[in-house]
Amino acid sequence: MKIKELQRICLEVRRDIIRMLGEAGSGHPGGSLSAAELVVALYFSVMKHRAKEPDWEDRDRFILSKGHCCPLLYAVLARCGYFPVEKLLTLRKLGSPLQGHPHNLEVPGIEASTGSLGQGLSIANGIALAGRLNKKNYRVYCLLGDGETDEGQVWEAVMTSNHYHLDNLCAIVDRNRLQIDGKTADIMQLEPYPEKWRAFGWYVIEIDGNNLAEVLGAYLQAEKIKGKPTVIIARTIKGKGISFMENEVEWHGQAPKKEEVEKALKELGERI
Amino acid sequence: MKLKSTRDGYGEALLRLGRENPRVVVLTADLGESTRSHWFKKEFPERFFQMGVAEADMVGTAAGLALSGKIPFMGSFGVFVTGRVWDQLRVSVAYNNANVKIGSTHCGITVGEDGATHQAIEDIALMRVLPGFTVIVPADNIQAIKATIAAAKIYGPVYLRLGRASLPVVTKENAEFNIGKAEILKEGKDLTIIACGVMVCQSSEAASILEKEGISVRLINLHTIKPIDEEAIIKAAKETGAILTAEEHQVMGGMGSAVAEVVMENCPVPMKRIGILDRFGQSGKPEELMREYGLTAENIVKEAKNLLKRKTI
Ligand SMILES: Cc1ncc(C[n+]2csc(CCOP(=O)(O)OP(=O)(O)O)c2C)c(N)n1
Ligand SMILES: [Mg+2]
Repeated sequence: MKIKELQRICLEVRRDIIRMLGEAGSGHPGGSLSAAELVVALYFSVMKHRAKEPDWEDRDRFILSKGHCCPLLYAVLARCGYFPVEKLLTLRKLGSPLQGHPHNLEVPGIEASTGSLGQGLSIANGIALAGRLNKKNYRVYCLLGDGETDEGQVWEAVMTSNHYHLDNLCAIVDRNRLQIDGKTADIMQLEPYPEKWRAFGWYVIEIDGNNLAEVLGAYLQAEKIKGKPTVIIARTIKGKGISFMENEVEWHGQAPKKEEVEKALKELGERI
Repeated sequence: MKLKSTRDGYGEALLRLGRENPRVVVLTADLGESTRSHWFKKEFPERFFQMGVAEADMVGTAAGLALSGKIPFMGSFGVFVTGRVWDQLRVSVAYNNANVKIGSTHCGITVGEDGATHQAIEDIALMRVLPGFTVIVPADNIQAIKATIAAAKIYGPVYLRLGRASLPVVTKENAEFNIGKAEILKEGKDLTIIACGVMVCQSSEAASILEKEGISVRLINLHTIKPIDEEAIIKAAKETGAILTAEEHQVMGGMGSAVAEVVMENCPVPMKRIGILDRFGQSGKPEELMREYGLTAENIVKEAKNLLKRKTI
């Protein structure tokens, strides 16, 4: 798929996210918007998967470790055809399969329930190990938040991926430099960050995570790395695409109000 | 009626405690604002510790601070500061009898839209089995302030179960709060309703409805689940002959189970436990979820009438 087409899908997905959150009245826009290119590129270009056959054995797997950013994943799955796009507007409503944090028993295409941070990479390791045992050559992708990597379990998993030489696994860190209470640098110092991953035995690729060409290049490169796991540290802008949300910590976990939805959609090129 | 949450009460009490006792320190794991710990941070930045999204580390750090004479209050969402770190609480805190206080906000399904992963509905069960732990569930904002202050005055680990939702005030500003002493909100002789947390409000409404129908209800706010007020429970069993419990928590292992243990060993009478029946929570508005899970005054009224039919004395 051409980059132009992927860009169009990113825009569509960002509009979906804004509409969904506006309708829900709560949720997490910042980290959903920052990771749009990272997830759209996977589902529309990189991963083998079948929307009409979500349980296809040979599919590549994606684990959203930072489960609070499920509006992004829901929008991408809907746009791929896993379920009707209209369903998106039921986000967070009583009885909707689109729970506030993703539930794998409710939504086709969700590989694992997440929302309690720090657990996804361990699950991804298990799926990667099973793939190897079953002689499958699917790949496993796991998206983490940078704040999320404060969790000790992440680093336990980081050791496991290295110990078992999981080259069928690719972690992606959305390095938007913000978490709930503020800047990652003020909340818990992560730097020297790439060096940490390298010291734990990983192959590290650093990119601009909102640049589709760089994102696609990184996924391609990761596939070629053998004998060790790869992490893509993706520098992004939290709230990317909406001027009043970009790099603003308060947009981590609050929904836009009606006027803000309209303003945001206009910025995303929607004629209202 | 003014609406405030129990987490607001926690935050406000931390400020008062900070002013009167320099040994009080506050920790949070990237949830300073949500747990209202950031009010303390503003006034006492040097006694505030931001731990990042690392709850297990926070528990251990709090234990270390406590073992060195500080009185740490650590706040996070109920799910992340109980089950997620249960072994750290068991060994580093409880087994050390470390003087750590837990501000556990966002408990119960009244969390609402965030859904199951963020709704602690097993925490009372998890915390009451840990030796030495005191377990408190304030019913409203006023009681949360008193409970937080009381927690600082006793030695040993204390679990404060708090909520996100703004609630009507059901207790009185001048009412005494004593850890381990149940609060009798209303006398009655046909049946006793024992409730905690947000269910005190629902139960009080249910009691009024039942009274109108000529049923005399004793209403107890069991704010301390451990140590449990055996005396008040046994007295209620003996004098009213039937006990209904109501909690925003799994019925298995929760407050109702704790009451049933006392009733069964001392004065068995018919009982009914209202709570969540072995399910996860889900996304929805708090009021919708309360209806969905049967945590309403109407359901209490219905079950109270069924219970009365089983009464033997
Ligand atoms: C174990 C756990 N602790 C706390 C939270 C509450 N929480 C939700 S999002 C978040 C911050 C995450 O920051 P980051 O990983 O950087 O996410 P992003 O910036 O991509 O949104 C926190 C602390 C949680 N969901 N899980
Ligand atoms: Mg971040």
